Amino acid sequence: MQLRIGWLYGHEMNIYGDRGNVMALARRGEWRGLETTVVTIGLGDPIDVDEIDLYFWGGGQDREQIAVSRDLQGEKGAALRVAVEDGAPVLAVCGGYQLLGHSYHPHEGDDLPGISAIDVTSEAGHERFIGNVVVDTDEFDTLVGFENHSGKTHLGSGVTPLGRVRVGRGNNGTDGTEGARYRNVVGCYLHGALLPKNPHLADWLIERALERRYGDVTLASLDSTLERRAHDGVVARAAALQR
Amino acid sequence: MTRTIDPRLLLATTTSKALTVGIRRLGRGGGTALPGLVAGYLDPRMLDKLAQRLPLGTVVVAGTNGKTTTSRMLAGMLAESGHRVAHNRSGSNLVRGISAALAEQMRAFGSGGPEIGVIESDENALPEILRRTSPRVVVLLNLFRDQLDRYGELETIASRWREALRTLDSSTTLVVNADDPTLAALAADSPATVVAFGLTEATATLAALPHASDAAACRICESPLQYHALFLSHLGHWHCPSCGAERPELLLAASSIRLNGMRGLTMDIEDRRGPEATVAGDLEVALPGLYNAYNALAATAAARVLGLEFEPISRALSSFEAAFGRLERVTYRGRTLTLALSKNPVGFNEILRMITGEPLQMPLVIAINDLDADGRDVSWLWDVDFEVLAEPQHEAAWFIAAGLRGHDLAVRLKYGGIASERINDASCGRPLGEVLDEVIDATPKGSDVFMLLTYTALLQLRQALADRGVVEEFWAQ
Repeated sequence: MQLRIGWLYGHEMNIYGDRGNVMALARRGEWRGLETTVVTIGLGDPIDVDEIDLYFWGGGQDREQIAVSRDLQGEKGAALRVAVEDGAPVLAVCGGYQLLGHSYHPHEGDDLPGISAIDVTSEAGHERFIGNVVVDTDEFDTLVGFENHSGKTHLGSGVTPLGRVRVGRGNNGTDGTEGARYRNVVGCYLHGALLPKNPHLADWLIERALERRYGDVTLASLDSTLERRAHDGVVARAAALQR
Repeated sequence: MTRTIDPRLLLATTTSKALTVGIRRLGRGGGTALPGLVAGYLDPRMLDKLAQRLPLGTVVVAGTNGKTTTSRMLAGMLAESGHRVAHNRSGSNLVRGISAALAEQMRAFGSGGPEIGVIESDENALPEILRRTSPRVVVLLNLFRDQLDRYGELETIASRWREALRTLDSSTTLVVNADDPTLAALAADSPATVVAFGLTEATATLAALPHASDAAACRICESPLQYHALFLSHLGHWHCPSCGAERPELLLAASSIRLNGMRGLTMDIEDRRGPEATVAGDLEVALPGLYNAYNALAATAAARVLGLEFEPISRALSSFEAAFGRLERVTYRGRTLTLALSKNPVGFNEILRMITGEPLQMPLVIAINDLDADGRDVSWLWDVDFEVLAEPQHEAAWFIAAGLRGHDLAVRLKYGGIASERINDASCGRPLGEVLDEVIDATPKGSDVFMLLTYTALLQLRQALADRGVVEEFWAQ
C-alpha cells in the first residue's frame, strides 16, 4: 500500500518545527510497511489531487504568506478545495489553517484571500499568544502543542471546533475554542511539532488517507511509549507553568 | 575626556559594585543582572555615561550565534596589544547586565581605568544599546532562528536592526558578515562605514542548503538565492540570478581553513582594506569547528579596524580559552567531559557535525530545558538534523535524554531514525548532577563524554560541577 504525503509550501511555510509533522506521518507510514513518499508542493508547482493521499500545511512568516496566498488563487486553490470536499485528510497549522479559510485581515495592507475550503476567517490581533497548549477534544482525546500566533480565527457555521483549550489561548483568545474540524480537515494553532506528541492524531490522518484509496483498513499498532511520555510531559509541564 | 565627578553616576556605580560583591558572597549567583537593574533606577543614563568615559570608545558585538566567543576573542586581542578593556565577559547581555559589568570594571574617577569597551549585545536589545553607547564599531555576526517564542519572527529582529542601523552615521564602522544575505542587505541600507568579511574557502562547503537555513530568498526581489559555495546554514558565497544582487566584496577574507577535529583550526586571513592586501597565514584558533572560523574572522576584522597588528591577534587566538560551556572541556573522575551549549538549530547542527567526525563510542547526553532563558518553545528540536546520529558508524553510542523537556528530545531522536532501545529517557526532569554521576559510573575511565545542553541546563550542570569542585563558578572565569 502507498501513502503519498503532499507537503504544502514546505520551503515557504515551515516554522516552529513544522517538518516534525511530516516526519511523524512518513515514519509512522514506513514503520507499518507502507510505501511512503513525501512530495513538497511549492510556489508555482501544480497540485495533482489524484497523486496525493494526505496533505500537511504549516505556518509561515508574513512575507511568505503573501506569496502563498497569491499562488493559490485560481486553479491551484480550486484543486485543493476539490481534494478537501472529496475527503482528503488535511492537517493545517497556523498560517496554513488561516489560508485554508476565507481570508486573513492584516493590520495594514489588503486582506489576504484564502481558498475558502473551510468556513473560518482570520484577522491580525494585537496580542501574541505564546505558550504550551492542552486541548480537550471529543474525537482525539487530549491534544498538546505550543502556540505562537497573533492571528485570531473565528469559526463559521460550516465547521466545528477541534476542541476546547484547557491550557492556552486557542483560536482567538476569547471563546475558548481551538482549531476547526470539517470533513477530514484538521486546522489548528498547535505547533511544536504536533503529530510526534499526538501519535493518535497522526494515525487518524494516515487511516483516513488509506481508507480513501483502499477502502476499509486497520492500521497495525506501533509502540508509542516515548511519544505518550512526551505527550503526558507537555500536559504536566503546561500545568506546572500555569501555577 | 570628562573626569568630573557625577554624584548620581557615582552612587549608581558604587551601588552596582556593592550588590555584585554582596550577591556573590551570599552565593546567590553571578550578580550579573540585579545590580544593573538597581543602578538603572539610581541613574537611568548610567550606561550612556560609562560608555562616554571610555577614551577609545566601544565595540558592540551582536548576532544569534557566536557573540560570547567573538567578543571574548576581541577583548583578548585588545588585551594582547596592551589595551585595558571593559567587557561583559559573563555573557549577561541585556542593558542591565552590561551596565553592571561596566560599573564593576570602571573607576568612578582617577586614571588607570579601562580604555575601550567590548560589549556583547542581545539581539533584541541591540537598538537600545546602539543608542546608548554610540559605538565606534559594530560587529554583526549572523541572524538565525533562535527563541522564536521570545522574539517573534526572524523578520521582526531584522526590521528592528534595520531601523537601528539606519540611525548610525559614517563615524561608526559596521563589521558585517557578508556571507549572511540578510545582514549584507541591512548593512547596505545603513549610512555607517561598512567592512564586509566572509570566507573564500571552497573545501568546507555544504552539499545543500540545510534544513535550518533562514535566508533562502533574495531580500530585494524575493527570488530563490543561488550559492557558489555554502559554508554553514545559509552563510555562503551567494548571488541572486534574478536581480543580480550578490555578496559584497570582502574586505577581510578567510581562506585555507583546516579543521583539526576537536583540537582547533587554522586559517589564513587577508586584510584587503588598503591598496595592498596584508595577509596573516596559518593563524591558529584554539577552538574547533567552522563556526569558530567565522568568530575568529569577525574578531580579527574588528581588531584590524581598530588598528591592531596581526601579531597580538594571532597570540590571542592561539591561546583562547572557551567561555563556559562553549565546548569547554573538563576532567571529572578520570573522564573528559565536553560541555557544549546547544540552544538553536544552527548551533546544534554545527556541534553535531563536529562530534560526529569520528565514530561516537560513549553516551551522548542531551539536556533540553524550556525555562525563560532557554525559550519556552522546544519545537526547534525538529529543525535540528539529528539524523547524523543514526548513521551506522555511531552504533556503539547511546543517548541520554535529560532536562525538563527530555521526553520531547527522545521522540525527536526516535523519528530521526535511532532505535528506541538506544534512547534512555529515564533521566528526564531529574537534577543534572545526579544524571552526570550515573553517566560517569556507566562509562570507563579515560573516556570522552559529550554533553549538549540548553542554557539553563548548562548552568545547572556547571553548578553541579562547581559543587563537586571541578570548575569555577562561571562569573569567576
